[in-house]
Amino acid sequence: MAYINGIGIISPQNTLPGSDFLEPVVEHTSEFMKSLEPVYKLYIDPMASRRLSRLIKMGISSAKMCMQDAGLEVPDAIITGTGLGSVEDTEKILGELTIEEKFLNPTPFIQSTYNTISSQIAINLKCHEYNSTYVHRCFSLESGLIDALLQIEEGSALNVLTGGIDEMTLNHLTIIRRLGLWKLEPVRNLDLWSSALPGALAGEGAAYFNISKERNEKTYARLEAVETLYKPASTGQTAEAVLRFVSEHGLRPEDVDLVMMGNNGYDEHDRICNEVMMQALPSASRMLYKHLCGEYHTVSGFALFVAATILRKQFIPSSLLTIPIPPGKLETILIHNHFRNTDHSFILVRR
Amino acid sequence: MPSRIFVTGLGFISGLGNNVQENLDSLLDLRSFIGPVRHIDTSLKHELAVSEVSLTNDELMRDAGLSAKSAYSRNALLGIIAAKEAFLHARLDKHTGLNTGLISGTTVGGMDECEKYYQDFLTNDSKNRFIETYDCADSTEKIADHLGLKGFITTISTACSSAANAIGFASRMMRAGKLDCAVAGGTESLTRFHLNGFNALKILDKLPCRPFDATRNGINLGEGAAYLVLETEETNQKTGNPVLCELVGYGNACEAFHQTASSPDGAGAYLAMKKALDMSGETPDAIDYINAHGTGTDNNDLSEGRAIEKLFTGKIPYVSSTKPFTGHMTSAAGSAEAIISILGLQQGIIWPNMNFLTPMPELKFQPAGEIIRGVDIKLVMSNSFGFGGNDSTLIFKKHGIH
Repeated sequence: MAYINGIGIISPQNTLPGSDFLEPVVEHTSEFMKSLEPVYKLYIDPMASRRLSRLIKMGISSAKMCMQDAGLEVPDAIITGTGLGSVEDTEKILGELTIEEKFLNPTPFIQSTYNTISSQIAINLKCHEYNSTYVHRCFSLESGLIDALLQIEEGSALNVLTGGIDEMTLNHLTIIRRLGLWKLEPVRNLDLWSSALPGALAGEGAAYFNISKERNEKTYARLEAVETLYKPASTGQTAEAVLRFVSEHGLRPEDVDLVMMGNNGYDEHDRICNEVMMQALPSASRMLYKHLCGEYHTVSGFALFVAATILRKQFIPSSLLTIPIPPGKLETILIHNHFRNTDHSFILVRR
Repeated sequence: MPSRIFVTGLGFISGLGNNVQENLDSLLDLRSFIGPVRHIDTSLKHELAVSEVSLTNDELMRDAGLSAKSAYSRNALLGIIAAKEAFLHARLDKHTGLNTGLISGTTVGGMDECEKYYQDFLTNDSKNRFIETYDCADSTEKIADHLGLKGFITTISTACSSAANAIGFASRMMRAGKLDCAVAGGTESLTRFHLNGFNALKILDKLPCRPFDATRNGINLGEGAAYLVLETEETNQKTGNPVLCELVGYGNACEAFHQTASSPDGAGAYLAMKKALDMSGETPDAIDYINAHGTGTDNNDLSEGRAIEKLFTGKIPYVSSTKPFTGHMTSAAGSAEAIISILGLQQGIIWPNMNFLTPMPELKFQPAGEIIRGVDIKLVMSNSFGFGGNDSTLIFKKHGIH
C-alpha cells in the first residue's frame, strides 16, 4: 500500500498540466487515437530533443510533469512499463534491414532498446538509484506498480516514479490489424460503443505516477494493491481471483463502488470483461473509458489517472460512461484489464 | 526476518553447450566456439566473430519436444530449453502446490522472425502467426506454458543487465512473501537487428574479444539462455532440494550519464557493486571472485576496472570476464554469468579471462589469466551492466558457511 502523490500524463485527451479533468472531450476520427503532445521545450532541452524520438520525448515529459505535480526533484527509483517501446525506431531499423545491412544509423537502434525511456528519465532527473523496465504486454505497467509497492514496503524508497508508455504508428496498426482484433477502418472514438464495425480502436499514451510512502496535501488516492493473473482456466476462475483480491485487502464485494472495465469494443474481449464483473462484483457501478484513450498495452495508466483523480475530486466527468453513477462518496475503485484473456490485471485504488 | 534465498536449480544453453554439464565441460577445457555467423542470413556473416548455439531451430524444437504447428522464435526456443533444465534440476515438476513465479529478461525478443517477415507483415497475410512472437513477452509466456507455470510472470528489459535484474526482482518478490520460488534468468538469440545495431555503434571486434587487455577492441556477440531456480528457505525445507548456493546480495543502480557510454570513473558500476555488498552484509575483502561484465570495449573495461579499484581498496579479488568463452549474451549475460560464477564456487575454480596478454596501463590490477583450481571460494560477485547505465550486481555465497 502506498499513496499516489503526483501524476504526469500525455494521452489522446485533455490531460496535460493546466487542463480541466478530461474537459472538453477530444474527438478522434483518424486511424488511431494519437496523444495530444505537450510543448516539449518546457520539459526537454531543445538541442537534446532533436535527437530523441517521439516516445522518448513523451516519456521524459510525462515523468517531469509527474515530479512537478508531486513537488519533488529526484525520485528514489524509476520504473517504466512498456509493451513495445519505441515502435517508430524499431520500424526504422526493420525498414533499413530490408534494403541493405551495414549502413544502419545507430540512433534508432539505441532508442529502440526498451530501457532507453527509464534511463533517459534518469539522465534528465539526475537519478542514480534503482532503475528498471518491464516489457510484458498488459503486465508491463502493472509489474512496475508491483515493483514500486515492493520498494516502499522494503523501505528501499520513499517515493518511486513509475509509469507506463506506448505509442502507435500507422505501420504497426497495419500489421496488428491482420490479427482480427482491431477495427479495419477509422471510427469516431465517441462512437466506439455503437459502431457496427467489429474490433478495438488503437490508442497510445504515457502516464507516470509518484508512488509515495506518506500521504500529504498532494495525495490523489491510495494505491492499495496490484495483482496479475496469467491464463485463467475460465471466467469463473478470474471472478474468484477478483473476489479473493478484494477480500485480501479487507473489503467486501459491495465495498467496491466502481469498476473501470477493460472493454475495448472487440466483442470477445468485452464478453470476458462483462462476465467476470457480473460474477464477481454485480453491485458495483461500471465505467467504460477506452473510447477516450484507445487500446494499448499500458492503457491501465490512463485508467489509474482517471481513478485517482475521481477519488480526489469526487467527480466523474460525463465523457466517462458510468452506469449507474455511484450515489454518495466514492471510496474504492477497481481497475480490471486483460490481453486476450491471457494477461489479466487488477488495480485497487482507495480514497 | 527476511527469508534467505537459495539457488536449487540451473539451466544453461550457449555456444559452449546445450546444458549445464556441456557448458561446464567447455569451460574446464578452455574451449570457446567463437567464429563466423552460421545460423543467420546476414551480409555481416564473415565480418563478425560471434558465439552461436550450435543447434538449428528445428533441432531446438525437436529437443524441446515441440510441434512446428505453433510459432516459436529462436529466443523462445533457447529460453524453453534452459528454463526446463533448471525447472527439472530443482524437481519443480514433482513439487506441486508451490507458488512459483517466472521472471525473464530479454531485449531483442522474437526479432529473429520479425526481421525475416517484416515486409510480409506489412503487405500480406502469409506470416501472421509470427506477428505476436516479436515482442518481449512472447518468449516468457511460451516458457511459462511449456513448464505449466500459472503464477506470477513478467519480463524485464534493461538491455545487457536484464537477466541480472530478473534474478534480483524474483528474490525481492520472494523475500516479500509473494512467491515461494521462482524460475529467473534471461534469453537472447542473435538477430540481424542487434548484430547490425552493435555494428553501427562500432563496438564489435572481428577478432576474439580481449576484455581488460590494453589491445581490446570490442565485443563478440553471443546467444543463449540461462535460468536459475530460487527457493526461499521455508520452501526449501519442503522441497528438500540440495542447496547449490545462496543469493545474498543484489544491487541495481543507474549511472544516468549517457545512453550508451559508461562514465570514465565507473560511478554506476561502483554503486551497483556497493549496494549488493551492503545488502550482503559482507566486507569487500570477503569477496573471492568477481565475474566482471568485461565486454572488451574500451569504455566498459576501463570504467568497470576503475570502479573495482575504488570499491576494493585493500586486496582486489580474482577478476575475470568469461565473455571470451560465451560471447556477450546481452540480455542473458546476467544469468549465464551467474551460473558460471556458481559453477566456479562449487568447484573451487577461478575462471580465466581468456585472450588476456597486455595489462591496461590505467589499472593497477590484472584479470586472472589462467584457470586456477583448488581455491576455497566463499563469495562470488557477478556484474552486469547495460546501455542506459542500467548497472546491476549479484552476490552468491557458498551454502552452509557463516
